[in-house]
Amino acid sequence: MTATARAGSVAARSTDPARTGSGDAIRTEGRTKRFRSGQVAVDRIDLVVPRGSVYGFLGPNGSGKTTTIRMLLGLITPTAGSHSMLGEPMPRAAADVLPRVGALVEGPAFHPHLSGRRNLARLDAADRTSDPRTATTRIGTALERVGLTAAAGKRYRAYSLGMRQRLGIAAALLQPRDLLVLDEPTNGLDPQGTREVRGLVESLAHGGTTVLLSSHLLSEVDQVCTHVGVMHVGRLVSQGTIEDLRTAAVPRVHVRTSRPDDAAAVLRRLGVPAPTVHSGEVVADLGPFEPEALLRELVLADVPVREFRVDTADLEDVFVALTGEGFDVSG
Amino acid sequence: MSAVEAVAPVRATSRPRRVVSTRFLRSELRLVFGRLRNLAVLAVLAGVPILIAVAVRLSSPDSGEGPAFLSSITDNGLFVSLAAMTVVLPLFLPLAVAVVSGDAVAGEANLGTLRYLLTVPVRRSRLLAVKYTAVVAFCFAATLVVGLVGAAIGLALFPAGPVTLLSGTTVGSAEASWRILLCALYIGACMAALGAVGMFVSTLTEYPVAAMASTAVLAVTSQVLDALPQLSAIHPYLLSHWWLAYGDLLRDPMSSTGPLHGLGSAAAYIAVFGALAWARFAGRDVSS
Ligand SMILES: Nc1ncnc2c1ncn2[C@@H]1O[C@H](COP(=O)(O)OP(=O)(O)OP(=O)(O)O)[C@@H](O)[C@H]1O
Ligand SMILES: [Mg+2]
Repeated sequence: MTATARAGSVAARSTDPARTGSGDAIRTEGRTKRFRSGQVAVDRIDLVVPRGSVYGFLGPNGSGKTTTIRMLLGLITPTAGSHSMLGEPMPRAAADVLPRVGALVEGPAFHPHLSGRRNLARLDAADRTSDPRTATTRIGTALERVGLTAAAGKRYRAYSLGMRQRLGIAAALLQPRDLLVLDEPTNGLDPQGTREVRGLVESLAHGGTTVLLSSHLLSEVDQVCTHVGVMHVGRLVSQGTIEDLRTAAVPRVHVRTSRPDDAAAVLRRLGVPAPTVHSGEVVADLGPFEPEALLRELVLADVPVREFRVDTADLEDVFVALTGEGFDVSG
Repeated sequence: MSAVEAVAPVRATSRPRRVVSTRFLRSELRLVFGRLRNLAVLAVLAGVPILIAVAVRLSSPDSGEGPAFLSSITDNGLFVSLAAMTVVLPLFLPLAVAVVSGDAVAGEANLGTLRYLLTVPVRRSRLLAVKYTAVVAFCFAATLVVGLVGAAIGLALFPAGPVTLLSGTTVGSAEASWRILLCALYIGACMAALGAVGMFVSTLTEYPVAAMASTAVLAVTSQVLDALPQLSAIHPYLLSHWWLAYGDLLRDPMSSTGPLHGLGSAAAYIAVFGALAWARFAGRDVSS
């Protein structure tokens, strides 16, 4: 590392305590992973996770999210491309960067015969940057933050799925972190747990930690994320702020009426593309039309309109539009 | 570098400082020696000298058959140590070492804890070094357990008279004790070489049982090959060829040629298989 590069990151950190806007927490260029089987699981992705953002990393099963995260953390060797984390080149600077990164990769993994607390103590002992004098307090705090204090002395073997997941999150919180990489953190959690994790992510983000969160729960992403990236068959098919993603989607009009077929006919006559009827409700893409004009035409055609609503597509629609309706995983 | 830090001390606190510490090694030792399975293995090993001592005690005093040193037990209980080490050396001890060394990396890979250790981060070379140190500690612990339990039960059940060495000279108990300790340490070093092989095998798979079995098979195969006179050309290079050389430490005057060859061979095995383990593990994809 050159002195200037070092000085540059010093300035960035010290002038901006919230650590936002000073470069990107994660930046990949053309990162690719081809497994020995020949499969290209991640294909030339250019991920940009701005500092201070909560980045929702979406994609159907097998689309390459976990593989990307493994590459980011240096667990697997990328086939091509480059990436940096917290402004430093990876994997070269891993020893300096990773202590500031908390990670949960593809579910928790701990020694079954050790208690939750002992498992955390082991990870803490492995960390050359952690202070042994504060270990007990830090472990206690981490356990408390995920609501595991009561079960801390239990063997990991006896933990329920949600308790295991919580312990995994606690491990990521053993140190103050600049970046958290959480691969499906709410998998297996009860509604309270899900909500707590959401609150946790929000409070960490508020404190300046950047969070990369892979998830299948779109409502969760919708609620906490500022940025979204969508993977599909190894490609990053969309990336941007969550507002950008939403406005890119076409708004839709919903008409609730006792005569849906007539309403659909009116819309069709006006040129609205492909209105569909679902249980008394007509849904169609708004297209270039003014909602006011559509409503006036419906009323003039004597359609008894009970409810008329225009909404921007929710994240789920955007997601499906980007990644297809198919249920089968892309092998 | 120091100039930069002088200008901006903020960085020094925000960039984590790495310190040299034995915490991870201690944690690893606790993991190895706190594990019920490994304690059971040690208990079985400790049972061998007890079994030998009790069996000799109950049988007629001059049956004279069986493994070396067995007949000398009635003169001096310390020989229980040697007899037990001789009994466990071909199979029990290699099995115990295979279990612990085969588990070293494959066990963590299988549990998935390997990926969390690596993201802590633990450098891969450091992980191997710590894992291997714990394996070596177990090798010596296993050998010493056999030796110490043997000495204790032997002295409890038999007299501590003068000891007749292999060359016919007679020495006192004190002299015999430290020679036996030397034997135990020598065997421990031989086992550490097997541990290096097991460690390498352990980096090849995510299934600890496969690594353990392969290591045990390698240890046994080496002894089988060593027993075939047709292959005498390769004998000196076999892992197990020098294992029995500890007998030289019981001669008068003590001969060190065999044991020194053995230590050289062990060091070579450790160097080669340590390097192989590192070469294999350093760039491996951890996708469990
Ligand atoms: N070690 C491996 N060897 C070969 N192929 C692999 C390996 N790991 C993953 N893959 C393949 O790479 C692709 C992407 O997998 P990945 O685990 O990244 O998906 P994901 O987006 O995390 O899916 P999910 O939502 O189910 O967790 C899949 O087709 C998978 O079969
Ligand atoms: Mg995944």
